[in-house]
Amino acid sequence: MTAEPIRTDMVVVGAGPVGLFAVFEAGLLNIRCELVDNLDKIGGQCAELYPDKPIYDIPAVPRCTGQQLTDLLLEQIRPFQPRFHLNQEAERLERLEGGGWRLTTSTGTVLEAPTVVIAAGAGSFVPRRLPLPGAEAREGRSVHYAVRRMADFRGKRILIAGGGDSALDWTLNLEPLADSLALVHRRDDFRAAPDSVARMRALVTEGRVKLHIGQITGLHGPEPDLERVTIKSPSGEQDVACDTLLAFYGLKMELGPLAGWGLNLNRNLIEVDVATFETNAPGIFAIGDIITYPGKLKLILSGFHEAALMAQKAHAYVHPDQKLVFRYTTSSTDLQKKLGVA
Amino acid sequence: MAKIHVTDREGGEHTLEGTPGWSVMEIIRENDLPIEAACGGCCACATCHVYVDEAWLAQLAPASDEEDRMLDEAYEVKENSRLSCQIPFREDLDGLKVTLGPEF
Repeated sequence: MTAEPIRTDMVVVGAGPVGLFAVFEAGLLNIRCELVDNLDKIGGQCAELYPDKPIYDIPAVPRCTGQQLTDLLLEQIRPFQPRFHLNQEAERLERLEGGGWRLTTSTGTVLEAPTVVIAAGAGSFVPRRLPLPGAEAREGRSVHYAVRRMADFRGKRILIAGGGDSALDWTLNLEPLADSLALVHRRDDFRAAPDSVARMRALVTEGRVKLHIGQITGLHGPEPDLERVTIKSPSGEQDVACDTLLAFYGLKMELGPLAGWGLNLNRNLIEVDVATFETNAPGIFAIGDIITYPGKLKLILSGFHEAALMAQKAHAYVHPDQKLVFRYTTSSTDLQKKLGVA
Repeated sequence: MAKIHVTDREGGEHTLEGTPGWSVMEIIRENDLPIEAACGGCCACATCHVYVDEAWLAQLAPASDEEDRMLDEAYEVKENSRLSCQIPFREDLDGLKVTLGPEF
């Protein structure tokens, strides 16, 4: 499914702190942004990996958590009304005839802009897949890492793997539909919400869910079907019959499709011009953890600096007919109007 | 100088200089061995998973609940599995032996 292209000034790939601050620096220069992120939420690693962990090295913010930083940045960029396209991966990047770029996402959103900013951190978050023989051949058939349509799981003999909220939520949601449902986790302790754990344990007591403590070590049955799964525990191995495996081992980061966009890479990091943060492709910029240059530090504050410099050069692509004058938000009523405070 | 012995995923052995005060993850990473350590060492992922040689387990402070929870996101977790960012290196750990956990 390909939609009508959305035309904007700048497409930002990655809605982490650096992508968010790019919206601010761009906004001050009359550059409108649309952001794409594969996560289902805004904030990148700050929201996914360490929402509750403290950060102490944001200038003038002595202490905040990853989630608080995300919330503050969202407040800061609100005047610029950025639009977010979440739950989709930036997949294809093509140069448009007559200049500019077209970015197509995994769900078919098409964005066109004279500039693209890659603020993708360590890449996009994707589910961890079972590194077992036969797992790949069964993926999407009998082995799944997400539930798209619950109805697909009706009447199945399901084994769910994992101990977090996804594993527990789907255990509770799919149990009424499934022919049988078992849960496997490496230890008899679950990090999911206590209420979900209590409800799961009640189902186990009632005999409606079977709980196995151990780790999956083998998949059996003619591919792409599944008949049995081997579970290993300190007390030994056992086979569990099932036709559907749903594995929730959290998310990991991988570079993904942008590795194939023709940008100069150095050890999986994008090379940039340090005066403008432009890549080897005109109009394609990169900032934050995904870039490399002599002296680069993977700090959020470095990404903020890179965003400010990037916006200066991006302005020339977006408003080629406008002369750029350097101004401060403290003194410029023009900038204050953009921020909605004057 | 105190040493750490690291076995990589192909079975190759590496002897690294262990800087006291650095985490075992940092020592492995600074020596360019393949350890992802995606979260940078704040116990928010499990991509610095290592197996600690049994002989050394008793000399390490046990894993916190938080570390044990994060190990849920590692693969082939064993009794001697640890997150290497949660092991501060000390002089008296001279000779510590670890094996890199599988990529996951």
